[in-house]
Amino acid sequence: MAVAETGAPAQGATNGSATLLARIVGAQTPFQTKRAIWGYIYAAPWILGLIIFWGGPILASFYFGFTEYAVIGSPKFTGLSNYIRAFSGDELFWPSLGRTFTFAGLYIPFAVGGALVLAVLLNQKLMGTTLFRTLFFVPHLIPAVALAVVWTFLLAPRVGPVNEFLRAIGVSEPPGWLASRDSALASVTMINVWAAMGGNTMLIFLAGLQGVPQELYDAASIDGGGPLAKFRHVTLPMLTPTIFFNVVLAVIGALKVFTTAWVATQGGPSYATWFFALHIYFQAFQYFRLGYGSALAWVLAAVLLFFTWVQVRYSRRWVHYEGS
Amino acid sequence: MAQTTLSQDPLSKQFPVSPRQASHILGRVLTYLIIFALCVLFGYPLFWTAMSSLKTIPEMFSFPPIMIPSVPQWANYWTVLNIDYPVGRWFSNSVLIVILTSFGTLITSSLVAYSFARFQYRGRDVLFMITLSTMMLPAQVTLIPQFVLFYKLGWVNTHLPLWVPHWFGGGAFAIFLMRQFFLTLPLDLDEAALIDGAGYFRIFWSILLPLCKPVLATLAIITIIASWSDFLGPLIYLNTPEKFTVSVGLQFFNAVPEVGGEPMQHLLMAACVMSMVPIILMFFFGQRFFVQGIVMSGIKG
Repeated sequence: MAVAETGAPAQGATNGSATLLARIVGAQTPFQTKRAIWGYIYAAPWILGLIIFWGGPILASFYFGFTEYAVIGSPKFTGLSNYIRAFSGDELFWPSLGRTFTFAGLYIPFAVGGALVLAVLLNQKLMGTTLFRTLFFVPHLIPAVALAVVWTFLLAPRVGPVNEFLRAIGVSEPPGWLASRDSALASVTMINVWAAMGGNTMLIFLAGLQGVPQELYDAASIDGGGPLAKFRHVTLPMLTPTIFFNVVLAVIGALKVFTTAWVATQGGPSYATWFFALHIYFQAFQYFRLGYGSALAWVLAAVLLFFTWVQVRYSRRWVHYEGS
Repeated sequence: MAQTTLSQDPLSKQFPVSPRQASHILGRVLTYLIIFALCVLFGYPLFWTAMSSLKTIPEMFSFPPIMIPSVPQWANYWTVLNIDYPVGRWFSNSVLIVILTSFGTLITSSLVAYSFARFQYRGRDVLFMITLSTMMLPAQVTLIPQFVLFYKLGWVNTHLPLWVPHWFGGGAFAIFLMRQFFLTLPLDLDEAALIDGAGYFRIFWSILLPLCKPVLATLAIITIIASWSDFLGPLIYLNTPEKFTVSVGLQFFNAVPEVGGEPMQHLLMAACVMSMVPIILMFFFGQRFFVQGIVMSGIKG
């Protein structure tokens, strides 16, 4: 700041320590030094938070991954045995990871694609758009536990309204939904898609749609493009950055799927919805294998980082940034 | 018709609307039909839940099913607060945790964001990058050591692990959102106040923060929704029904809906509705801020 730089340099005996302090905080004048110190003070809650709730735990968790630890007592170093056990000795490890990928593979296209369709519909400048937007958003607001409880009732095989409806329209043997091994995974996916479609993903798409310049649509009209052609050649390319952002968020959300499966099925029937996050939870907090649970958590982190890296790496091929 | 005579289009002499208009109207009708179908898809499950919460147990399991109860049992909402499960406590626990969490997040994240947006010091940008990178790490990684920490502190089966961490900066998303907003406020404000002799805290509290009201409202809504629905935290830290929050309480109720041998599914539905209504109402009144916030984080993120 201009006012500050004219301030007299510190003099006399205090000079040495003052310049040392200034150098530590990256300042040139006493004014800047004081300012920098205030900067640290205001950031202090988060600096402490980072150390106590992030940095420390990350190091501890990394270490626990190589130990046997059950809260009581102290961690016992066992080298790579947790990781070896995960990859070759735990019969639930690969299936739960695979199941999580199946979930993600179903959830991401339906949730993101569905959100895009909803956003395009709401962007038609119809009457009552705000009302519809609110209604579509409500499922996203329901606490995940209430969501799972309600859908357990709705999808009850014998008395649930969904199957009543299916029988009424002539489906003689409607699916067992959450209660059946074959359909539980699909049902949990469906519940999550239902809740997510009209949520934040849709709002972000709506904002993205409002950023598409009208001239492009006008130009497409002059060239004789119908609504589908406009969507394909104007909306989609212009929305690629938004789609990219939403897909990255959806991947992170999908790999952490937990609450709906835990409440609606407890991972069952016969492990049909035993996702990776459930596996971590059970190992760490039901069997108190904190070492093994930590190792599993790092596997999840590695998978997540890998997928995010892949997405960022390959985004340049299909994401179109206007003006760059 | 006046329009017909004015129009240059020869076709309009035969048809009151041109084919182009007709296809436009058809498109509109189709769009409305799809939107109404979607309203049913998103609205019916909630309508069903609300109706079930007003039924008697025989009505709830009757065959053929009854859609609307003959006499709405509003008393269910009173009864559910007086069963053997401490349902009322779950709600008051949740409200307390939500309030403490939100205040912690708003106060500390805005201070930290002020520091990131307005002060120059060594390590600031590195610190900010670290802050953003914490968003990429799955919660499971830090969850286990945090549990050990709170266990050693004797905080297991108390509400402290659920809100105290939020007083340490409120998390990366909150800081990021606030910082982005501080950056949009002109620096002249700070400089003028500084020349007038205001201290840094006074600049923050009396000048910048009042301008942040919209983004604070956004952050408050996002935090309240997240804290109210949080399940994993209370599931790990709370063991006794008196300490439960709404989320774990509902799950507990759902697992054993027969209270004292009597089926209580209608009351479970009432409890579910009670868990949804406050958050839906809040969204309804604050949605302007909420939508802005999501858009801000989405576009600039």
